[in-house]
Amino acid sequence: MNALTRLVRFLFFAVLVRGVILLALGLTVRHRERLPRKGPAILAANHNSHLDTLALMSLMPLSLLPKLRPVAAADYFLTGKIRSWFARGIIGIIPLERAKVRKDANPLAPLEAALDCGEILILFPEGSRGAPEALGRFKTGIGQLAAARPDVPVIPVYMHGFGKALPRGSALFVPFNCTVSVGEALHGAGSRRDFMAAYEARMAALAEAETVPDWD
Amino acid sequence: MIQSLGSALGLPQPVIVATLGLWAVLIAATGIVLALRLRGPGAYQELTDRTASWWWMIGAFTFAIAANQTVAIVFLAMISYLALKEYLSLIPTRRIDRGLLLFAYLAVPIQYFWAATDWYNMFLVFVPVWMFLFFPALMALTGETQNFLRAVGTLSWGLMLTVFCLSHLAMLLVSGEVHNPVAGGVGLLFFVVVLAQFNDVAQYVWGKLLGRHKVTPRVSPKKTWEGLIGGVLTTVVLGAVLGPYLTPMDAPWSALAGAVVGVSGFLGDINISAVKRDLGVKDAGGLIPGHGGILDRVDSLTYAAPAFFHFFRYFFTP
Repeated sequence: MNALTRLVRFLFFAVLVRGVILLALGLTVRHRERLPRKGPAILAANHNSHLDTLALMSLMPLSLLPKLRPVAAADYFLTGKIRSWFARGIIGIIPLERAKVRKDANPLAPLEAALDCGEILILFPEGSRGAPEALGRFKTGIGQLAAARPDVPVIPVYMHGFGKALPRGSALFVPFNCTVSVGEALHGAGSRRDFMAAYEARMAALAEAETVPDWD
Repeated sequence: MIQSLGSALGLPQPVIVATLGLWAVLIAATGIVLALRLRGPGAYQELTDRTASWWWMIGAFTFAIAANQTVAIVFLAMISYLALKEYLSLIPTRRIDRGLLLFAYLAVPIQYFWAATDWYNMFLVFVPVWMFLFFPALMALTGETQNFLRAVGTLSWGLMLTVFCLSHLAMLLVSGEVHNPVAGGVGLLFFVVVLAQFNDVAQYVWGKLLGRHKVTPRVSPKKTWEGLIGGVLTTVVLGAVLGPYLTPMDAPWSALAGAVVGVSGFLGDINISAVKRDLGVKDAGGLIPGHGGILDRVDSLTYAAPAFFHFFRYFFTP
């Protein structure tokens, strides 16, 4: 990333994203103190909207912005020159291949490398935004990553409202208040299955604690 | 000094003095809270949050009225917008109405435009007549009948409360320029806003000190008769003191206005409490630390603003 892109990225997040999220969206954050204060760390959230990434990034202090790396689908975000520049340069994504790759290749290698550099990954284990405001199944890559780097805290984050404001398949933004509940950190010490069970339990507990109005 | 400050800001002198008084009260209250905190670490955290939020709210309010009328109207419109957004986020909505809700937000600038241009008749009919007819028609045209009545009912009700009722503050500000020779529209706005907020605090404090008999145990278990009566009486006294200074009302009329604000403020408060109970939430949002959402803060004004506005208009406007 060159200096100009870094500056644009800083201004984009410091002014535009924060302004829009403050005025047009409005966040209620529960347990903000559980957010990591330094890298390496993984924020693992449910995914309903493009706004999810921006909202999570806006919750972290601007001083950590250079360390924030959303993990995003290569097949979606690296199509087209402008989208690709925006995704890589401004959002700062680490592209991930969603399609099945060769057996001996480790698709998570770039993520492990980023964690080794002290970066903070933003990851959506559902793998896709899916149906608006519905919790999909979690893919187990997060468990594999946690097992590979057991010292790195994985922070479960449950978000809701974003799928109403800007759901998949719509370009129409409608203001809604959204909630972000941060859970207690997990570590990938045991097996991948145990980790996934623990993660799912934390996410279910966070979701349970929220009163989500019907959206029918 | 106050005179030069008044002419520099274009504000009536009584409003300057009253604002300085408000800040004096805030500083004194902050001192008390800080003293209470000395009793132990972590003590009175909610009270501390509340007080810190009061600094922000009184700061924003002071800025809005000190800048100029347009800034004040935009500030008030912003409160309506935030309240409507909070309301629409709390209630059950239908997927099909997502786009339509953008039109509901559009009602905010339009309604405040009528107020800003002192177009009283349009101000009165826009939400209760035109928006009331427009949204059901639009929803019917989209063709979804499932939960139609719920969608129409909740939207109309929310627009009335957060847009129509709260916009009376802006109308008071604009129309008061002519009808309040003492301290202008800004004097009337100051009177009702400060009185309604003061009433909330007074009811809370009296309730904490003496509260025993619950008024509405199911809706709002913390509201007591002692808090209500003590709060309203305190507001009546403050109204009688402030009224002759900021409005054309004499002391007895001002006391009556204080009673109107105190009682209607209480009703606005339990109205929102009942909504929150119904929806199963504790706070309407998380915008204002220590207070909850913006609806938790302006709940009393949703009733007090129109009640005081029409009280004043009926008795003090030729």
